Amino acid sequence: MTEGLTPSQTVGPFFAMRLPWPDGPFVVPEDTPGAITIVGRMYDGAGNVIPDGLVETWQADPAGRFAHPDDPRGPAAGYRGFRGFGRCPTAVDGSFRIITLKPGPLPADGAGAAEAPHLDVSVFCRGLLDRVVTRLYFPDEQAANEADPVLASIDEARRPTLIATAEPADLADPAGPGTVLRFDIRLQGDGETVFFDV
Amino acid sequence: MTAEVSRGGLVLPSYERPRGAHPPLDFSGYRSTALRHPQQPLVLLPQRLTEVTGPLLGNDLITPSDSDLTTQHAGEPQGQRIILTGRVLDSGGRPVPDTLIEIWQTNAAGRYRHAREHHPAPLDPNFTGIGRAMTDAGGNYRFVTIQPGAYPWGNHHNAWRPAHIHFSLFGRAFTQRLVTQMYFPGDPLQPIDPIFNSVPDPKARERMVAQFDIDLTQPEWALGYRWDIVLRGPGATVFESEVDDQ
Ligand SMILES: [Fe+2]
Repeated sequence: MTEGLTPSQTVGPFFAMRLPWPDGPFVVPEDTPGAITIVGRMYDGAGNVIPDGLVETWQADPAGRFAHPDDPRGPAAGYRGFRGFGRCPTAVDGSFRIITLKPGPLPADGAGAAEAPHLDVSVFCRGLLDRVVTRLYFPDEQAANEADPVLASIDEARRPTLIATAEPADLADPAGPGTVLRFDIRLQGDGETVFFDV
Repeated sequence: MTAEVSRGGLVLPSYERPRGAHPPLDFSGYRSTALRHPQQPLVLLPQRLTEVTGPLLGNDLITPSDSDLTTQHAGEPQGQRIILTGRVLDSGGRPVPDTLIEIWQTNAAGRYRHAREHHPAPLDPNFTGIGRAMTDAGGNYRFVTIQPGAYPWGNHHNAWRPAHIHFSLFGRAFTQRLVTQMYFPGDPLQPIDPIFNSVPDPKARERMVAQFDIDLTQPEWALGYRWDIVLRGPGATVFESEVDDQ
């Protein structure tokens, strides 16, 4: 006997009363060695920025492990201050940012197979009746991306929507740490981001 | 009784896919969906390590007044005091312990405390309308708050949202993440609310409605409501594409 699921409903326009956390964008503290910044903007089907959206990220640590009982490989190495989870509301210009460590690859089906380093990303906003889920992959992992089973399942023309791009250094926030990657999210229309049924 | 799937030599839990339980992303009755729903079909993502794990957030996030929205200011808020409690379960009936619940709501007059809120109803200096709680070992949660009000919105002529409280839950895995709204029984606005009715199955809609509970109601103090929340549970089906090197 199974229970019926509680349905999803939109976060609406006022989630910013509760959901943003002061340290939400910081998967690791900003001064962590090797920290990277992911920046992006959220767009609607008319190409307008979405100023009332929320982005959440979940990922492995740099060793490819999770501090979670359902990671059967046992405890993660314990990167100081690393919580794996990030959350950032979009600003009036649709922008968001997440400060984190690049995750390691994960074991996948078949001998020696691996999932390329990635973040799972949940997107919420007014007008979305359920979250949509995408993945962020890394531009400096070309070989791993080519062997990644999830990327391989996606139409080649749409794959680039899942791969972050290196942000030119002169555009990087001088106050921000290290490498800056860009990951824009387009909910609809030209260049629509690939979203997953998870 | 977790359904398990072998992945890369790892045995992982699997979670059922919520076919039909949630609203469609393209729902014309709710105008804001028009430019904000993906037009391409969703791509099936096999559940691997990233999907079957998730943030396990600690009790250090929580203070006692986080779950009592009537004690967050110097004075008492206006309105009908309510006790709201229930269990977080998965669809296999197992409690979901130690998981963070975040809520936000209007005050008794139907007004949110938010900069973009334009409803000309009074703010209450003694009510913010935000709360947090963790479920206990049995999956139980409890809030004390104020009955929220209905409020107008610009979706169509004379549009009013039925009274509701927004809920955000993590569960124990990325697959279980849920943001929803809890409604109150007998609200005449529910049958004409596009957001409530975006859920296709009438039985599923009713699962968003709390039940009044006289046994939970405290004499001379507050009305009691009970609302259980059901997150995705063990997967019943392993899709062919997910079966690997067994
Ligand atoms: Fe609301």
